[in-house]
Amino acid sequence: MAPGLYFAGETTMAATGAAPAVRAEKAGRKGLLGRKIGMTQVFDADGTVVPVTVIEAGPCPILSVRSVARDGYSAVQIGFLDKPRRLASRSLRGQVANLDGKRAKSRAEAGVPVAPKADCEPQRLVREMRGVYEGVEIGQMLTVDLFDGVDFVDVTGTTKGRGTAGVMKRHGFKGQRASHGVKKVHRHQGGTGMNTSPARVFKGKRMAGRYGNERSTMRNLKLVRIDKENNLLLVRGAIPGPQGSYVMVRQTNKLKRVGVGAPASKKKAGGK
Amino acid sequence: MSQKILAHVEASSLKPEVAKFNIGDTVDVHTRILEGDKERIQIFNGLVIARSGTGSREMFTVRRIVAGEGVERKFPLHSPKIAKIEVKRSGVVRRAKLYYLRDRVGKATRLREKRDEIATEGAAKKPARKKAATKA
Repeated sequence: MAPGLYFAGETTMAATGAAPAVRAEKAGRKGLLGRKIGMTQVFDADGTVVPVTVIEAGPCPILSVRSVARDGYSAVQIGFLDKPRRLASRSLRGQVANLDGKRAKSRAEAGVPVAPKADCEPQRLVREMRGVYEGVEIGQMLTVDLFDGVDFVDVTGTTKGRGTAGVMKRHGFKGQRASHGVKKVHRHQGGTGMNTSPARVFKGKRMAGRYGNERSTMRNLKLVRIDKENNLLLVRGAIPGPQGSYVMVRQTNKLKRVGVGAPASKKKAGGK
Repeated sequence: MSQKILAHVEASSLKPEVAKFNIGDTVDVHTRILEGDKERIQIFNGLVIARSGTGSREMFTVRRIVAGEGVERKFPLHSPKIAKIEVKRSGVVRRAKLYYLRDRVGKATRLREKRDEIATEGAAKKPARKKAATKA
């Protein structure tokens, strides 16, 4: 991959005085978009079985870089998986490359500078990662090489949708007894509140309803192996979502285990 | 595609060669044990009563009787901790899982020994023919 990619060391202040409520923009975390392949197991160095989830991650082109001066916040926009041009809308195609057209022509005549584009194929999945990234440039390809030296990652995905689910599945209620006069309500909740006072059910009362199909993050998963040849990441344990679902893998910023692999954002991550 | 990728990942955990043995075989499983910083080999002898799983996830169950009590150990076939699997004798069995042996005691747990090793078994060497040694 292109040399010189590194991530901002400390929190940098948004330097533009113009923006109201200047907030400290945090350094960005290393991250990639990927696809959950499935789970299996591997043996570690001393022969112990490690349950792993295989993630196909990257290569992810950088499509755009957001800055406080221009956009009011800092982020990078990255893509994952090519989408055939015939299926991509014009706006999707325009996202990755400058298109010819009447408007482009008139803008060129008026001397409007042309925005830099990644000049790659349209992308199926496009996401932004917040934070200040230094040394990144539009069009650069991020691959699993990025995670060299990273020990723990967070994986964000969408959980499996369960449809309408009862309270036992959705909230872990205990249900009711199997016998002793319980009739046909074994998996129901019990009461939902008090009597004449307050004479209503409190807002937020946990009940049956739509369950799953929501964003969820598994934090602090050990990065067991990086397969650069096949763009694979092996993380310990399970991650949200069905096989084939899109996930975002980021270096963790919540390290429980002290001593091992402090986040590189604290170190001086000096590129490659 | 997903399955291909998974198979590729699992291939890295596969041993290039694993001992050939069948359900009903009496085997010696040589396991590596770390004691402090020293490694030594421990042998678990018993009857293979089941094999399960595929690829790098394949496991096999070995049953033996220790001090009148049935003991079963389940090993990952491709575990680096297994140094060697030696087939001591082969029994005649008609099913893939010999769980029925758990309900039997004493003489009833014996299996008839396989008389003729089939040629296609190839590498599996002919076990020394003993007189119906019962349990391990």
